[in-house]
Amino acid sequence: MTSHQMKAIRSNLIGYSFILPNLIGYAIFVFIPVIFSFVLSVMKWDGSRAPMEFVGLKNFAQIFGDRIFVQSFIHTIQYALLTVFPTLVLALLLAVLLNNKLKGIAIFRTALYFPYIASIVAVGAVWNMLFQPDFGPINEFLRFIGISKPPRWVVDVKWAMVAISVVSVWKYMGYYMIVYLAALQGISGSLYEAAGIDGANGFQKLRYITIPMLTPTTFFVLIMLTIQCFKVFDLVYVMTGGGPGNATKTLVNYIYEKAFTSWEFGPASAGALVLFSVVLVVTLIQFAGEKKWSKDLM
Amino acid sequence: MRTKTKNLNIFLYLGLIALSLFMLVPFYWMVISSLKLNKDVFSVPMTWWPESMHWENYKIIWKKLPLVTFFLNTAKLTVITTIIQLFTSCFAAYGFTKTRFKGRDLIFLMYVTTIAVPWQVYMVPQFILVSKLGLNDTHLGLILMQAFSAFGVFLIRQFYISIPDELCEAARIDGLNEYGIFAKIVFPLGKPAMATLTIFTFTNVWNDFMGPLIYLKTKELKTIQLGIRMFISQFGADYAWIMAASVCSLIPVIIVFLSCQKFFVEGVAASGIKG
Repeated sequence: MTSHQMKAIRSNLIGYSFILPNLIGYAIFVFIPVIFSFVLSVMKWDGSRAPMEFVGLKNFAQIFGDRIFVQSFIHTIQYALLTVFPTLVLALLLAVLLNNKLKGIAIFRTALYFPYIASIVAVGAVWNMLFQPDFGPINEFLRFIGISKPPRWVVDVKWAMVAISVVSVWKYMGYYMIVYLAALQGISGSLYEAAGIDGANGFQKLRYITIPMLTPTTFFVLIMLTIQCFKVFDLVYVMTGGGPGNATKTLVNYIYEKAFTSWEFGPASAGALVLFSVVLVVTLIQFAGEKKWSKDLM
Repeated sequence: MRTKTKNLNIFLYLGLIALSLFMLVPFYWMVISSLKLNKDVFSVPMTWWPESMHWENYKIIWKKLPLVTFFLNTAKLTVITTIIQLFTSCFAAYGFTKTRFKGRDLIFLMYVTTIAVPWQVYMVPQFILVSKLGLNDTHLGLILMQAFSAFGVFLIRQFYISIPDELCEAARIDGLNEYGIFAKIVFPLGKPAMATLTIFTFTNVWNDFMGPLIYLKTKELKTIQLGIRMFISQFGADYAWIMAASVCSLIPVIIVFLSCQKFFVEGVAASGIKG
């Protein structure tokens, strides 16, 4: 063996020694399960000692024939539609407001960001109090302003998902506000100065400079929010448990119940692959978008 | 002109104060309810300020459920997971940025690809695997499944890339080996990225609900989030107690948040706007 080869082997070993502590754990606890989720979706198995049995696409046929699965899927889309746009618009507006150079602005940033770090169980519990139909503060306020029959929120089939979305928007808009703030700080001040000289007012600056310059960020936030909405579980579980009836049951609630209450791993994994497909499509759209904008910027 | 900006600023301040208060109302409601009597929580008309403060709620809740155990469990899970994640991520990030080895880019591609796969997609096979290893209903199982994250490697790597290779090269010439360069130069320089990862991991593990819900069945092993959930199901009408427990569960995260607030915001910006 030449000394050159020895050196190469040595440098390889050093490199591996750095990544191995993470790689071993990651391979076992993440990478193998990811691969295995594809395998499991075409198998019949209850997790017991009985061997797995290959069933082809039967699990998929089963879940798509399951009314509850289809409903869960539709509910997830409803939740995303109710949540994504309000979060995005409010995050953008807050970021524009907070981008002003004012004394003590950090305090407001902290206040608006605060819901994001609070645990879902705690905030779910307090929002359930606020939404309480008979004595809750929200409905008391609604009655005060003249709405004599306010919605019964989490116990009403029509309004339960709206209530969950409200909490979701409240909780997550601070996070995306920070993402927008970071992007706003990247917009050159000279653009605004030039517009100012041309006589543009604040609204026109927002409309013709800020919003167009933020398009790549908006796209990114849209993607992140959509994926996040498709993963919703905790908020639903804590606030309504998927009810009333199945009115707020979502995709992950369905997967969770199939896997961990009825121990049907096959259909659960098929459901998980449906979730994966959605996330994959959205991610591919993001890649396409990123390519477009990085070309535009060149 | 100057008075115009001044007026605008006052307007902005008022708007921001109103918005911030509006956002914080649920937390105010949480605290104020935790100081009422259970029977007074939903009094009509609603009271923004309780007539008398019932601090004893904060004593009572610790006797109702083993909250101390739940707190200690959560603290244990959070601290151990964060430490493992921090060290293995920094190590791997150094490997991926400052050393060369066969298959480096391919392995990194694997990390990046799986970062996009949500946990909910593979939580079922992961549960089966952890169970087969005999780690179901143990803290070790939860720690191991959360300690190795592609996100951590990615975040630290982004930071290490910005550390100039010339610095490492100079140290090599001075006779330092790779482990020495990592320990003496790159690792200490990576503090801002580590702070970000610490905060993210800490809040994620502390606030995690679904992981413990799936894995922990033994009461003595449960976390504070499951504890509050138990409070809700066992004392469903006793909202004052539920709120008192909720307030307690938020305190550690608030402390971490306020003390590392700067890194928190930078972290969101760094992990949000990538590439």
